[in-house]
Amino acid sequence: MARFKRKGKGGMPAISTASLPDIVFMLLFFFMVSTTMREVDLKIRVRLPEATEIKKLEKKSLVSYIYVGAPIKAYQAKLGTEPRLQLNDEISAVSDVVNYISAEREKMDEADIPYMTTSIKADMDVKMGIITDIKQELRKAQALKINYSTRKKM
Amino acid sequence: MARPIQEINAGSMADIAFLLLIFFLVTTTMDVDSGITRKLPPIQEKQKNDEKIKERNVYVVSINYHNQVAVEGELMPVNKICDGVKEFIKNPNNNPNLSEKKEKDIPLLGKMMVSKGVVSLQNDNGTSYSKYIEVQNELVRAFNELRDEFAMKQWGKKYKDLSKEQQDAVKKIYPMTISEAEPRNVGGK
Repeated sequence: MARFKRKGKGGMPAISTASLPDIVFMLLFFFMVSTTMREVDLKIRVRLPEATEIKKLEKKSLVSYIYVGAPIKAYQAKLGTEPRLQLNDEISAVSDVVNYISAEREKMDEADIPYMTTSIKADMDVKMGIITDIKQELRKAQALKINYSTRKKM
Repeated sequence: MARPIQEINAGSMADIAFLLLIFFLVTTTMDVDSGITRKLPPIQEKQKNDEKIKERNVYVVSINYHNQVAVEGELMPVNKICDGVKEFIKNPNNNPNLSEKKEKDIPLLGKMMVSKGVVSLQNDNGTSYSKYIEVQNELVRAFNELRDEFAMKQWGKKYKDLSKEQQDAVKKIYPMTISEAEPRNVGGK
């Protein structure tokens, strides 16, 4: 009895944590491979509408994004509650779209320019007025391939 | 007698890895971009193309600022649009009110009757975006179903299971002719 007690001194034997780094690294690599870097901080709220007949956008480097929606709470004092559009990190006016598209085009390889797509990520509550204005600007900028970003309807 | 090399303490490795993991969890996103792809018409000085299209070949779908959908001026529920478009493009009985057909040479299939119909989607400035996408989705669905049906009849396979050449041929028979109309401002905000 006394011998038994001596052996059990210090409570339960510690679980070996030697393989914990391996497990965590595995998780890390999984996330590194399966995710992409967040590019913009959204100042507006975008809840995408749902659709069934959707296509995946294949090459992310060919896609430039236009976000449309009402500003989030933190910015409502400054920007109001009317839907605004965001290009990269800035709230912009519709007339900035042309400049934005040409700047995006500069960044691209010459060979890729014909495949350039503009993805419109608009909130489901915005009215078509602002979308139509953006579409007209895109036509002026000769960026004719567009994509209405949607979620997959289950 | 060689002294045993002292081992580096690897106890904090897990902490470092966790730190990295959390960094990646925060800074990355997982969402896959997907959506409805459309091509805008280029800006033209004169609208030559539009004049050439006959009235019977245009299927006008319009959405007003109350989000009501009308086809050729008559109200229609959204779930009927898909069938309406299919009927219009296929025109099985050669109804003079529906789209005209023209014989075209299609690789792989030879001469086929191809519809000249165009679906035109018009919206108001006050139309909500979600309704617009819903209708766009229905229009795309109509064309996808037409292609699927044709592929099923011809090769007994779904459109997406066909080979590249076969897909191209089907695309030529049922081109996705959805036009984004020039904006009109009809009431609403």
